[in-house]
Amino acid sequence: MKTLIILKQFFQDIRKQKLRTFLTTFGIVWGTASIIFLIAFGEGIYKHNVKQFKGLGERLVIIWPGRTSIPFKGLPKGRNIRFTENDIAMLKKDISDIMVASPEYSGYGPLTYERKTLAQNVIGVYPEFAVVRNVIPEKGGRFLNEIDLEYRKRSMFIGSEIRNDLFGEGANPVGKDVVFNGVPFLVVGVMKDKDQNSSYRGRDRYKAWIPASTSRAMFNRRYPNNMVYQVSDEFRSKAVEKRVFEILGRKYKFDPADEQALSVWDTNEDMKEWRPFFQGFKIFLGIIGFFTLIVGGIGTANIMYVVVKERTKEIGIKMALGATRAQIMSQIIVESLLMTAVGGAFGFLVAKFLETVFPMLNLTEYIGDPIIAMDAVIATISIIGTVGFLAGFFPARRAANLNPVEALRL
Amino acid sequence: MMNNGTLISLSGITKHYDTGKVKVRALQGIDLEIKRGEFIAIIGPSGSGKSTLMNIVGCLDTPTAGEYLLDGRPVANMGIHQLAAIRNKKIGFIFQNFNLLPYATAYENVELPLIFAGAPGAIRKEKIMRNLSMVGLSERADHKPTELSGGEMQRVAIARALANDPEVILADEPTGNLDTRSGKEIIEIFERLNVEGRSVVTITHDMSIAERCHRIVRLKDGIIESDTRNGNKI
Ligand SMILES: Nc1ncnc2c1ncn2[C@@H]1O[C@H](COP(=O)(O)OP(=O)(O)OP(=O)(O)O)[C@@H](O)[C@H]1O
Ligand SMILES: [Mg+2]
Repeated sequence: MKTLIILKQFFQDIRKQKLRTFLTTFGIVWGTASIIFLIAFGEGIYKHNVKQFKGLGERLVIIWPGRTSIPFKGLPKGRNIRFTENDIAMLKKDISDIMVASPEYSGYGPLTYERKTLAQNVIGVYPEFAVVRNVIPEKGGRFLNEIDLEYRKRSMFIGSEIRNDLFGEGANPVGKDVVFNGVPFLVVGVMKDKDQNSSYRGRDRYKAWIPASTSRAMFNRRYPNNMVYQVSDEFRSKAVEKRVFEILGRKYKFDPADEQALSVWDTNEDMKEWRPFFQGFKIFLGIIGFFTLIVGGIGTANIMYVVVKERTKEIGIKMALGATRAQIMSQIIVESLLMTAVGGAFGFLVAKFLETVFPMLNLTEYIGDPIIAMDAVIATISIIGTVGFLAGFFPARRAANLNPVEALRL
Repeated sequence: MMNNGTLISLSGITKHYDTGKVKVRALQGIDLEIKRGEFIAIIGPSGSGKSTLMNIVGCLDTPTAGEYLLDGRPVANMGIHQLAAIRNKKIGFIFQNFNLLPYATAYENVELPLIFAGAPGAIRKEKIMRNLSMVGLSERADHKPTELSGGEMQRVAIARALANDPEVILADEPTGNLDTRSGKEIIEIFERLNVEGRSVVTITHDMSIAERCHRIVRLKDGIIESDTRNGNKI
């Protein structure tokens, strides 16, 4: 009975004061939506950067042959140091922190499909290469596999740009034959495009891969151009590198301390270097989010405050007519709660909508797409809600605690 | 209701306002008894404390000192719920500036005290319509204050004050914002209410209105200067 009356009063008030209700709710919608979206936007930029960074490969180390710079055990400096596939197998076996490894045999030649020919860099690798270098096939295709490797199959996995050039944008070339260096190859897959902010020998989307065994036979190679491996933990990469120098140094007789005997690109080092930047960015986002929340909270508090101030006279009238404090407060509480709840929900929907339409602006490549994180939503809505509620509650309580005469005079 | 006992009894009521620099002594010791069924005018120059007194009698404000007995019970000892119930049921207060809720219709304004009293819907409707017709505004139930004349607004306020059948009507310059004709209508309503047995206390500056009341209390500088019934000193 009592609740019914409160609700009746509430809806009567809402109906009668459409503009005020609308403005208040809109303020909360606006606050919630902009905060959620801003945080989502920052999160999107962050994720985008991290992803780009991992485009080349995760926990990846690349090693090229080198030339000694220190005389060692009576041997002069300036000797070329190369390694074979057997050495790679040995390293992988001896160093447990190397998860996967692959050689790369780079070979150039004409790549032809029907009338179109490209001067193409085709690289011989192991199936594990896909793991180390973050190569993911598009739907309907696959990367090179163990059978390709074992039977020296003439299978080829191509970058998306090659597919576009030879077969046309977005075409599916899987199962088609191309000719490389006068030899027919079967296309088994196309690399799914990825963000990549670093590379060696060009972006992966311009490359093609064949089994290492096939490449070695075709170009009559003994030494790979380089090897790639993935370490178990980015903080182990230095230790692994030391072991590689020791093992290969023992075999090829160079000083394990000779940094030029092998040429190393440890992307883990880059990641470690960039880590403070990413962490800084995260903190920056957190600070932005925090202050936006405060600003939003103040805005909401302000709106509620104005609403209640405007209501003080009304509170006075109602008290003069015999409303109890509980009757007045319950109405204002219900009203504030409902307005903040509806406003918060709408704000969330608006932010969700922005999140959905944002990718259509085609800015993904530069700043990524906003990602709405649920914890940000919960934090925003609860803070805005609490602030909105308290800002409505306290002035109303103050007014309801006055003499009716004092409330009427305000 | 035709009980002629004492309804309101004030003794030594003072009200001081502390406004920083100056201390305003709005009431400086008021002794006043109001019996059931009385029809009283409170007059006096501006600033003499009429409104202050009326607000205290209406339980809208509290005195600085002195004793106020309502129906023989000290108001000072009452809790907020009791006071709310008194404002809701026992006293009908009418303001110079009407104090209607601007966004609500005449009907909804009259409904407020009934809602606060927890009256069920059917009873509310019946009482609202009866009171509106009593002040001659049945046709205006769905009108908002902005769609009503001053006299009509004051009549809605009277219908609202009567919603829970109060024993006493307190009016603070109810005709102050009205033209003579509308003012006369209001006083005629008050006379009818008084004939029905209700106590009516009204503040006024208009001697022609004051003379229609049975008793005139004149305030000056926060004290009662004179108190006459039908021209005779009490
Ligand atoms: N809230 C307040 N703060 C300070 N002084 C006040 C307050 N309310 C009233 N007063 C002062 O108390 C005195 C009595 O005021 P009151 O309103 O009771 O006079 P009144 O007789 O109703 O006058 P009027 O005929 O103009 O309505 C005045 O001097 C007024 O200035
Ligand atoms: Mg006054």
